[in-house]
Amino acid sequence: MVVVDYGAGNLRSVARAIAHVDAPPVISADPADIDRAGAVVLPGVGAAADTMANLRSRGLEQPLREYIAGGRPFLGVCMGLQALFEYSEEGGRQDCLGVLPGVVRHFGRSALKVPHMGWNTVEWTRDHPVIEGIPSGEHFYFVHSFYPEPAHADDALGITEYGLEFASLVARENVVASQFHPEKSSDRGLQFYANFIRWAQAGGQTSASAAAGANLAR
Amino acid sequence: MLTRRIIPCFDVDRGRVVKGVSFVELRDAGDPVELARLYDREGADELVFLDITASSDDRSTVYDMVAATADEVFIPFTVGGGIRSALDMKTMLELGADKVSVNTAALQRPELINEGAYRFGSQCIVVAIDARGVHGTPGTWEVYSHGGRQATGRDAVEWAKEAVERGAGELLVTSMDTDGHQTGYDIPMLRAISEAVTVPVVASGGAGSPVHMAQALTEGHADAVLAASIFHFGTYSIRQVKAELAAAGLPMRPVP
Repeated sequence: MVVVDYGAGNLRSVARAIAHVDAPPVISADPADIDRAGAVVLPGVGAAADTMANLRSRGLEQPLREYIAGGRPFLGVCMGLQALFEYSEEGGRQDCLGVLPGVVRHFGRSALKVPHMGWNTVEWTRDHPVIEGIPSGEHFYFVHSFYPEPAHADDALGITEYGLEFASLVARENVVASQFHPEKSSDRGLQFYANFIRWAQAGGQTSASAAAGANLAR
Repeated sequence: MLTRRIIPCFDVDRGRVVKGVSFVELRDAGDPVELARLYDREGADELVFLDITASSDDRSTVYDMVAATADEVFIPFTVGGGIRSALDMKTMLELGADKVSVNTAALQRPELINEGAYRFGSQCIVVAIDARGVHGTPGTWEVYSHGGRQATGRDAVEWAKEAVERGAGELLVTSMDTDGHQTGYDIPMLRAISEAVTVPVVASGGAGSPVHMAQALTEGHADAVLAASIFHFGTYSIRQVKAELAAAGLPMRPVP
């Protein structure tokens, strides 16, 4: 298990949560570590521009794309989710890794407070090993001003309502990404990490990923 | 639906929780980690640690406390008190705090808010505002610094707006008029500030009952309520507060 170290503010929290439910992960910015990892977690908070600049300056963009293309289990958290899409509306337009089809939008001109901060419910759209044993409608902790809009509705595994309905958990083949912070979501969040680790150890394969693969082929 | 947050606050001196927390089940009522774990089990949505350590020589004690808490507690927590620079913010965040709260240092040098928001993101920069009503001018409140000891001449609503423009992601608003009295939060001030800004507002100062909290969240338009004594002295458990607020129609994360 490798947690990618590119200066993200929640790096330690993510690593601590993983250590709490399993073994301490390798914290690394070395592309070679990513290349040989059995599972990779990309944390992140803050601004998309900083996140992408930090990934670029450390030469991590291509290694991450190649790792994901290789079909091995991957988890993105918060900004680590947003970085996977084609681009973010942050600061006009910020190009991201483009491994998930879709874009990242701002909550924008609603009457709601931004950032979306606090505990909100997540409704599952289907089954997946990473949510095993966690009931639909459980509360998870959020802090963000932008939200993902996957191009394929099937990629949304969890839906949350904040002025509008958005994909708060995304799953496509070997990639899982949460907009919420499981490392700050108490026991349910730790359960999510334990589930991810078990799924990753099993190779990150699901019937859902086969279905997603079929979609991709189409 | 986004729930309203219930946030217990601890005063910490040299890495120990002070102001007498009385729970029979605690082995060590001064141990921040044990307390944080207890409040997590009780359903606290977040925690706030206010470091009141007087001597900067004892600064390392709070660092140890933050790291130990982050190792064991998996809900968000904010650390305030003694944060004077972007470096102080960085230290706390890297040790595991999710947010840092600034008060006096931001009043003395408001650019600190910009620096923190730029380097670490608005989501982790909380600006704490201590204010009290201006005599003879209803509907206006003056900001105080240095733990409420020094008047600043600043209007609380104007300072709240400026703090948010500079990048604060949340405001922690304490009324010095109501703080410690347990007779309810300062609802007009909360409402004036909450309506003036676009970021979440945490109400502080005056909680004596769940009814007061409900008032802060409804009439005061606050997004979260912070309290110390009523939880620490066991007057109400977080579980009880959440049950009462949920019954009053406020969205609450249920206690597991």
